[in-house]
Amino acid sequence: MATTADVKLNSYRTGPDDKGFFGMFGGRFVAETLMPLILELERAYDDAKADPTFQAEIDHLNLHYAGRPSPLYFAERMTNELGGAKIYFKRDELNHTGSHKINNCLGQILLARRMGKTRIIAETGAGQHGVAVATVCAKYGLPCEIYMGALDVERQAPNVARMKLLNAKLNPVTAGAGTLKDAMNEALRDWVTNVTDTYYLIGTAAGPHPYPAMVRDFQSIIGKETREQMIAAEGRIPDTLVACIGGGSNAIGLFHPFLDDKNTAIYGVEAGGHGLDVENGHAASMNGGSPGVLHGNRTYLLQDSDGQILEGHSISAGLDYPGVGPEHAWLKDTGRVTYVSITDKEALEALQFCTRMEGIIPALEPSHALAHVMKLAPTLPKDNLLVMNLCGRGDKDLFTVAKALGMKI
Amino acid sequence: MKTDTRIDKRFAKLRQEGRKALVTFVTAGDPDYDTSLKIISGLPGAGADVIEIGMPFSDPMADGPPIQASGLRALKAGQNMIKTLQLVRDVRKSDADTPIVLMGYYNPIYVYGNERFLDDAVAAGVDGLIVVDVPPEADDELCVPAIARGLNFIRLATPTTDDKRLPAVLKNTSGFVYYVSITGITGAGSAKATDVGRQVARIKKSTDLPVAIGFGVKTPEQAKELASHGDAVVVGSALVTKIAESLDKDGKPTAMTASGVLQLVQSLSGALKS
Repeated sequence: MATTADVKLNSYRTGPDDKGFFGMFGGRFVAETLMPLILELERAYDDAKADPTFQAEIDHLNLHYAGRPSPLYFAERMTNELGGAKIYFKRDELNHTGSHKINNCLGQILLARRMGKTRIIAETGAGQHGVAVATVCAKYGLPCEIYMGALDVERQAPNVARMKLLNAKLNPVTAGAGTLKDAMNEALRDWVTNVTDTYYLIGTAAGPHPYPAMVRDFQSIIGKETREQMIAAEGRIPDTLVACIGGGSNAIGLFHPFLDDKNTAIYGVEAGGHGLDVENGHAASMNGGSPGVLHGNRTYLLQDSDGQILEGHSISAGLDYPGVGPEHAWLKDTGRVTYVSITDKEALEALQFCTRMEGIIPALEPSHALAHVMKLAPTLPKDNLLVMNLCGRGDKDLFTVAKALGMKI
Repeated sequence: MKTDTRIDKRFAKLRQEGRKALVTFVTAGDPDYDTSLKIISGLPGAGADVIEIGMPFSDPMADGPPIQASGLRALKAGQNMIKTLQLVRDVRKSDADTPIVLMGYYNPIYVYGNERFLDDAVAAGVDGLIVVDVPPEADDELCVPAIARGLNFIRLATPTTDDKRLPAVLKNTSGFVYYVSITGITGAGSAKATDVGRQVARIKKSTDLPVAIGFGVKTPEQAKELASHGDAVVVGSALVTKIAESLDKDGKPTAMTASGVLQLVQSLSGALKS
């Protein structure tokens, strides 16, 4: 097994290897029933990538359906208030369905159609991915079933209603603690049972190969647009990138096109929950976890000393996954990306600050990234170009935020 | 792959006697350590030919509700890898011959440490391993070092394992091949016997190893029917369901817990011999 230290790096953008590994992370750790399926998926994706009509179709949908490119917005008041780096938001919350999740869903639904699959399944935590899946399934007239932890069904009522309106069949999962990891287990159990007609549309850059690479590719539109837009606005690429990390799909989408730009500093922000020192009180798998194997890949996990997976906690339902995409695990070990954590309280404060300063209500997930920007920006010179991925809008979180702030709705 | 372990010896003996093997699965530490030890120690006497012991894991993604619940009961009662290996040592005090296979998922092994786990498993008296989520593509990590220590690495073949893929699955497999008779999770619906017969015949064309048929075997009649297509049947969910049904309202074992499971094993074994 190659460890990260063995790898001589000319580029950070060539992974994964042909077995799906980023250094020691990633791979294909699934039951035999699923192996032929993920190998089929890998062949189908390679074939699609080589077909210019596939990319042309994605480009068309991005423009006319998702509303891309999303703006790169100069947050002027926040910049002045914090008194350091020049802060830009990549406005992926303005996409159709309200987050970056649509980028991946459009790519994968086209792939599912190419493969002749007639039934779509997915897991969802906060419901943003579930809504995006239900949306693309409605658009293409495909039946879909969404697995969602029973606890998440309760705390994400607006997204539950959206999925139902979109005609998705919602399966609340009561196994385990009833959150995202349990929903993913249940989706895998569905897939292992319905192998011929079903496509599993994973929502983050994790799972068995080829999912981490494929989801990254579909999300990399974020970083590609950012590069072009920043060059257009400032004549050069960003100096600093910041994004929140649950599974890490929005972050890898922003980061990946810049990984070989060695003067661009990159920060991933994990959910610190009640604090890293609180046992099972956070969802920072890289800063507070250890390597293990779950859901088809080796990565950093929240787990006990016996290898049993912990549930984790975050105020943000989209970040409380006990793992992280394997490419992030590798980028952490290589040192290319700096991973930090932000607590529930700091994220809530950042949400309010952004709302007041810029008239934008961010989701709780990017509020974690914003909170880190609030710490980082004042330490940077005024000509430092900083981009924060505003990957989701806050509408879905109004009940959670109101409750946390003692407001009545 | 040719080996000479307790598993190989047991299947050779059964073949001589013209019998099919009964492979039983229960989870280590379900519903607690002492009751689990009592159940497992009683299995050979009740007619189990091969013992599979589940290593409990919080996220058993190939298992249905009965085995999920079984694993959670064990974890709640304090089971962990150290105690599972201890359980094997304790079982070996009363039984030196019955093959013992540890079955489970990779993460608890990986966190325990692959080399340390394999050494300790051999020392405890384990004969084989089934690790659901380590496919042949990752053989270097666990399978090859296990073989080097004389352990059988038993692989699952499934209805989706086509002829092209089968040689890769069989390459480092030894002891027996575990044929998963359905696409699905453990304890789910049962396979059609005709399909199983065809599939097992397909596997047998590529290997001389015994083939055990599992997933969805619930009754003695089913066990007998399925066994006729291969060399062994695996029963797991039905046994852990028996454990679940025997518990009192606080989830504690009762007088019926061990005896109920062992009675079911007896009737399964009886059906295979009839």
